[in-house]
Amino acid sequence: MDSVTIDAKVDARGLNCPMPIVKTAQAMKTLASGQALEVLATDPGSVKDFEAWARSTGNPLAEQTVDGGVYRFVLRHK
Amino acid sequence: MTLAEPPVTPTTLPEPAPAAEEHTEPKGLAIICYSGDLEKTWAAMILASTAGAMAMPTKVFVTFWGLQTFVRDDVRITGDNWMQKMMSFMQRPGISHRKLSKMNFFGMGPWMMRKLAKQYNVASPKELLEMATLMGVEFVPCQMTMDMFGIKREDLIEGMGDPVGAATYLSYVGDGAAPLFI
Repeated sequence: MDSVTIDAKVDARGLNCPMPIVKTAQAMKTLASGQALEVLATDPGSVKDFEAWARSTGNPLAEQTVDGGVYRFVLRHK
Repeated sequence: MTLAEPPVTPTTLPEPAPAAEEHTEPKGLAIICYSGDLEKTWAAMILASTAGAMAMPTKVFVTFWGLQTFVRDDVRITGDNWMQKMMSFMQRPGISHRKLSKMNFFGMGPWMMRKLAKQYNVASPKELLEMATLMGVEFVPCQMTMDMFGIKREDLIEGMGDPVGAATYLSYVGDGAAPLFI
């Protein structure tokens, strides 16, 4: 049911601020332009943080969903 | 009576904020890491690593008690004369040996802080420092503090920039970086 092809994944479940963002930034560096990164997190603060990160870095947030306390973000490399 | 239907998952969150359109290049961040207290060191490292993650050009000017944080953990005594040596003896340098400004209780406070951090998966200042360095955050020591405390380049952790003065820090701010004093 994924609408985008995922090129890399980050499992940040259980991690607290700022590690989900830090790990995402590190993983994003390994991707090429247009590739998609899926991030799973359980930190409720990460919802706003990922929006802010996407806006600041210019890597668009393609999808964000929540499923049973797990937040899933799909970010595309600019 | 029927029970309420379980919510359909995954639930879509409010529309993601549009990214590309409103994107502006971050001007950067210039942190003065002045305090050597555990809680302020933690705050400085959280901001430095996050700024690095947000691709903000970030420099951390390390001065006064903050410089003690950047002495290698395995260095116990620094300085040349007895006063400098005494200073490092009284407050152990190194990022892993920071004390709380309040509720230190001979190390009980920091011990509990570290235990809580581990329990709640909060990265330690040392881990955050490593992340920040990996993401291109530059840590620059204050030449004057190094002289006054007798701290040498080889006492400091690896990967720090060349020692500089206040004018260099202010030039970062002049170039548009947001200043922070922690």
